[in-house]
Amino acid sequence: MDKETLVSYIPLYRDALLLTLKIGWQGILFSFVIGLIGAAITHFKVKVLKTIVGIYIELFRNTPLLVQLFFIYFALPKVGVKITAEACGVLGLGLLGGAYMIETFRSGLESIPIIQTESSYSLGMSKLQTFWYIILPQAVSISVPGLLANVIFLLKETSVFSTISLMDLMFTAKDLIGMYAKTIECLFLLVVFYLIMLLPVSIIGALIERRLRYAGFGD
Amino acid sequence: MSELLKVTHLHKEFGKNVVLKDINLTVKKGEVVVIIGPSGCGKSTFLRCLNGLEELQDGVITVDGLPVEANKREITKLRQKIGMVFQSYELFPHMSVLDNIILAPLKVQRRNKEEAVREATELLDKVGLLDKKDYFPRQLSGGQKQRVAIVRALLMHPDILLFDEVTAALDPEMVHEVLETMLALARSGSTMLIVTHEMAFAKAVADRIVFIDKGEIVEETTDVADFFKEPSTPRAKKFLSTFTYE
Amino acid sequence: MLDLGIDVLFKGTNFLRLLQGLWVSIEISLISVVISILLGMIVGVLMTMNNPILHVALKVYLEIVRIMPQMVLLFIVYFGTTRVFGLDLSAEASAIIVFCFWGTAEMGDLVRGSIKSISKVQFESAYALGMDKVQTYWYVISPQTFRRLVPLSINLITRMIKTTSLVMMIGIVEVLKVSQQIIEANRKISPNAAFGVFAVVFLLYFMVCWPISRLSNYLEKRWV
Repeated sequence: MDKETLVSYIPLYRDALLLTLKIGWQGILFSFVIGLIGAAITHFKVKVLKTIVGIYIELFRNTPLLVQLFFIYFALPKVGVKITAEACGVLGLGLLGGAYMIETFRSGLESIPIIQTESSYSLGMSKLQTFWYIILPQAVSISVPGLLANVIFLLKETSVFSTISLMDLMFTAKDLIGMYAKTIECLFLLVVFYLIMLLPVSIIGALIERRLRYAGFGD
Repeated sequence: MSELLKVTHLHKEFGKNVVLKDINLTVKKGEVVVIIGPSGCGKSTFLRCLNGLEELQDGVITVDGLPVEANKREITKLRQKIGMVFQSYELFPHMSVLDNIILAPLKVQRRNKEEAVREATELLDKVGLLDKKDYFPRQLSGGQKQRVAIVRALLMHPDILLFDEVTAALDPEMVHEVLETMLALARSGSTMLIVTHEMAFAKAVADRIVFIDKGEIVEETTDVADFFKEPSTPRAKKFLSTFTYE
Repeated sequence: MLDLGIDVLFKGTNFLRLLQGLWVSIEISLISVVISILLGMIVGVLMTMNNPILHVALKVYLEIVRIMPQMVLLFIVYFGTTRVFGLDLSAEASAIIVFCFWGTAEMGDLVRGSIKSISKVQFESAYALGMDKVQTYWYVISPQTFRRLVPLSINLITRMIKTTSLVMMIGIVEVLKVSQQIIEANRKISPNAAFGVFAVVFLLYFMVCWPISRLSNYLEKRWV
């Protein structure tokens, strides 16, 4: 491996990483919001909306992100909906992630015994108060490992952004290989930068999971 | 004494399964009514109906003259008049003891926090749990949790308290501390409706005994001592005999 | 009326080509899934054994798969092997290697999870009856894990099919690549072809994956 090449490539990879992180965290935040709203809708069994959420989940869980991005980026402009590549990345990641986040939150909500709700009702709390103060906090903390797994999954999925010509890590690697044929160096940096992005999340996830498994509220 | 709770012709079924048929019951202010009966006789469902946790197929329940109807907007107002303590405590695991107790007074009744905390502290002290106020539920024993649940219900200043087999999930040595708390409440003039399997406790606390079997009230009497000595119906006699070993 | 560019698909053999492209992805997926399930069972059982070296090695393997995007692995195998080993791997072979590498880890983890979910007493009571390790796994443990594993393995198929859409990045002509070709060829006569074609591709993927994940859900509810 050529040291000089490596060093000269690093700034390019760093920029690519920053772009990936920028789109990644916005998309994940978006998916989180969709997840909470969607889970609340299914929890309260809101008519019509509940069906829409169901269809949305099935559609986005059963198609690849790549195809979703192609549709948003290349197909929608033809019917007048034009967005930038970055916005497309955020939207695509958010929509894909949202479908998974809803399921994660929902299984968290379902794991809270119904009698907790009744006990809250018996104190005169309304449906909304019960959801907000009693059910949601418990459900979210149960969902944490699942949510972190989703975050890792979504950060990995950002690797397809290059196909809509966003200059992310994959784009940079492919570009550099094409231009200078320093394949080994390019691939090495690709792996290193993905590790920089994902290893911390993975480690934090493992720590939190262990904490949740061995402890609970009040430690 | 005025009528606080009035149940007329209550009918409840799950699908084809009739759980309660034609229940009529009146509880006066300050009265302690104990409901006994074999497992599955419908007594727990009865309490849940009173708190609007179950929909009725027929009949009317009123508290202070206001109808209790599940899934109506007014139900949250009514539930503030009715305190309920569950067999499985159902403290909120993500909140400290104190937060568990003051949550509803603050969020539902919009009370002043300082005042709510002060009253919560007093009540916790009364049941001997003041030192546990910052603990989380999982750090408490079953008996302690149940006493906290009672305090939580009390702080809402309910007109009537419902107890649904509150000692059934407890280890034997903890039953006593919870029953003591309830006994003290009864003596202070609270209106209580208690479902229990503790016959000695029932005898000590009750102003009136209601015996339910197969979804109907079989016997109802204010002669509590007599009831336990010599119940007038054969079904009650048979039930009581299951508690003695000869 | 808004031209949605769906007409392009009915020209000549376009739609057939699209389906052939889809089949390329499905074919790669099915080959990879079958190999992954077989290897995954071995890896899963190995992970439950108490050999420390094996344990660490497999843990590292799982962690690599868990955090490296499949696309990165594809690049490494497709572009990297040629450089380092002078091998000239075809894109298809690279894809199958990568998806098996990934799928085996996923399957292995599922197998490990379902074996771990069986209580230790089941093992002990089999040993107490004088069975050896192989007999215990064969007669007592595997029948119990089987029912849990079938829906999860089926679910792996849909994930595999979705993931194989990546192979266009290493130049395999699959459904997305075919779509691009069709859109490109008809740019003049049907400028809106991108909408029609990509919408159809979206639905095609859905129509393939959805029934499979339904089946997986159904079996999971019934059997677990």
